[in-house]
Amino acid sequence: MSLPLNTFTQLENFGHSLKASSYRIQIKKTEDIYEAFPLAKKLGLKVTARGTGISYNDASLNGGGIVLDMSGMNQIVEWDSTTGLVRCESGVTLEQLWQRVEPDGWWPPVVSGTMKTTLGGCLSANIHGKNNFQVGPIGEHVVEFTAMLPTGALITCTPKKNADLFYAMIGGFGMLGIFASITMKIKRIHSGLISVDAWHVPNLSRHLSDLHDRAADHDYIVGWLDAFARGKNLGRGQIHGARQLKEGEDTNSQKTMQLTYQHLPDRFFGVLPKSSLHYFMNPFMNNLGMWGVNTARYISSLRTHTFRQSHAEFHFLLDYVPNWERSFGRGGLIQYQSFLPKGTAESAWREMIELSHRRGLPSYLGVTKRHRTDKFLLTHAVDGFSLAMDFKVTINNCAKLSRMLQEFDQIVLKAGGRFYFAKNSETTSETTRKFLNDETILRFKELKKRCDPNGLLESDLYRRVFG
Amino acid sequence: MSDTIHASDSPKPVPATPLNPRRRGIVIGASGGLGAELAKKLAREGYSLALLARRKEKLDALCSEINVNGGSARAYVHDVSDYIKVPNLLRKIVAELGGLDLIVFAAGVNLPPGGIDKYNFENDRKMVEVNLIGAMAWLTPIAEMFQAAKAGQIVGISSVAGDRGRVGNPGNNTSKAGLTTYLEALRNRLTRHGVNVLTVKPGFMKTEMLKAALGATPFAIEPAKAAENIVKAMKKRKQVIYTASIWRWIMLAIQHTPSFIFRRLSF
Repeated sequence: MSLPLNTFTQLENFGHSLKASSYRIQIKKTEDIYEAFPLAKKLGLKVTARGTGISYNDASLNGGGIVLDMSGMNQIVEWDSTTGLVRCESGVTLEQLWQRVEPDGWWPPVVSGTMKTTLGGCLSANIHGKNNFQVGPIGEHVVEFTAMLPTGALITCTPKKNADLFYAMIGGFGMLGIFASITMKIKRIHSGLISVDAWHVPNLSRHLSDLHDRAADHDYIVGWLDAFARGKNLGRGQIHGARQLKEGEDTNSQKTMQLTYQHLPDRFFGVLPKSSLHYFMNPFMNNLGMWGVNTARYISSLRTHTFRQSHAEFHFLLDYVPNWERSFGRGGLIQYQSFLPKGTAESAWREMIELSHRRGLPSYLGVTKRHRTDKFLLTHAVDGFSLAMDFKVTINNCAKLSRMLQEFDQIVLKAGGRFYFAKNSETTSETTRKFLNDETILRFKELKKRCDPNGLLESDLYRRVFG
Repeated sequence: MSDTIHASDSPKPVPATPLNPRRRGIVIGASGGLGAELAKKLAREGYSLALLARRKEKLDALCSEINVNGGSARAYVHDVSDYIKVPNLLRKIVAELGGLDLIVFAAGVNLPPGGIDKYNFENDRKMVEVNLIGAMAWLTPIAEMFQAAKAGQIVGISSVAGDRGRVGNPGNNTSKAGLTTYLEALRNRLTRHGVNVLTVKPGFMKTEMLKAALGATPFAIEPAKAAENIVKAMKKRKQVIYTASIWRWIMLAIQHTPSFIFRRLSF
């Protein structure tokens, strides 16, 4: 294996706001990963795995080093539609997975807001869905995985076997080893549809109390937050609570579970190709335009109603408008997500939203979720809520935005909150030390030493938070 | 690697955050004159720099000066005619910088034969080895990387000396003409891939090299002024600049001087 100069590639995050050039090696099979480590060691370079490259932050960037492109290692090896167990290579995307299992009456237990993510990436970040408070993160549904360590060992981990690595590699953002194959338990469904209740909440206090109190009636709950609203309206928004249909509720389930029924429409109003929509969104992507969009959206949410929609439509909102992130313009976007305990969430988020107003850097989209804790080593979960905020990045605001997000970090730390390694890009090693505590970091570094004695696995993210 | 020094005693670079990153650049031939001024100017513009030159003391002093003033620079002692070392050193620098956005090739020697009747192959050879082949040794791999990455900027410091072969210094004229042509060819290859190639043709500058010049040195400018012009041209992604800009017109006249006149002149 060699490293030709023409593999040097400029890679970006999902929001096109972070860039780093690396030597990209295409991985097709486990042996390719095995060969990459000695090569990196010989050349004195660091290695990071990258799936489809849609992390919000620098998780799959490795400036000046080697990036293993895992997206070509994407076979669904085994699918058993009687037990719901599926074994996939780590480059398999959620899109491949749900399209394979859904017609048989199954649905992935945890999915991200886009179906373009790879399973390897999902496990590395230990992603959560809108059902985190019910079923935990994706790691809790993993039965077994194999991973290639930089030492050259291919290890197998289950919650029982190599349990310490199982709970550290899931959520370990690829810094202990690289996932080769993943076996997961998939969930039964009885319809291709999902029943959604939508209602509005007039302020932050009600927003959080509804997320909390009404979660138990639903399998999924997610809130949209109008981050422009101020004063007594601050934190207003709309909550969608959804539940899977029980057997018999959908009399037409044979039809609704077909893939054709699940496909997201590729045209708007049947005419406008959706792939062009981001051009039309772009003129609204400024403070005034998004104030208008958020306000209009809140007004339209005032009607409380219940409806059914397909799984794909409900779960993969981010795929509804292809390349929507392009509408943010050349500077792209960054997402900031904080996880706060029930008791402190309201005051901390009030402080953050007010700060964003004072700085003239309002979030264009706010999304809230309900969470519960889990036992993964680098967990981001709390018994409480999360708020994800999208910010537009421009050449002129990036320094100011960066400073504000670091101030957010301090507010979150003070409130006893946590961070998620797939999101924020400005969280420093100092902040990370404070939220993870020294003991956890020591434990992780011990495991890293064991799995990666030469320190070959490093991403921009790793250098930032553990550097 | 023995040919590398880390400026370990210099202060930590000002923290750059992912959203507000430093661009990364290499300056080759950074120890004196125009190279050093360019390095200082680029550091002030927010570049994180790898500085290469033969003279360790000068290079270290420059690095410290940049780092003390809040910039970020690392020193690498290197002789550009040591071609064999380029690939490894380049990979190492790119890894340590965390990527690469810019290369400035400012290394150059001027060794005149000492009069219009004198000939000196050793001097001529040295000039071609440093000014031309040294540039090709660095810019070839970097061009390939930038082409693949579809991004980047290459700045080559050529000279007005390359615009015409004259009686005074055939070797220098040849090396700079070669460099100008090489840069033009790279530009023609790379523009379509989103990479900018800037050829800089300085006239006289008040540097050590000026002492080598015979006779009058009109329109000599401070290297700091030239550095400023170059950075301005980089931002505008220009193709070719003369500095001072009056040389564009002087060289236009010289290039169009017919040979039957030009071969009778003594400069």
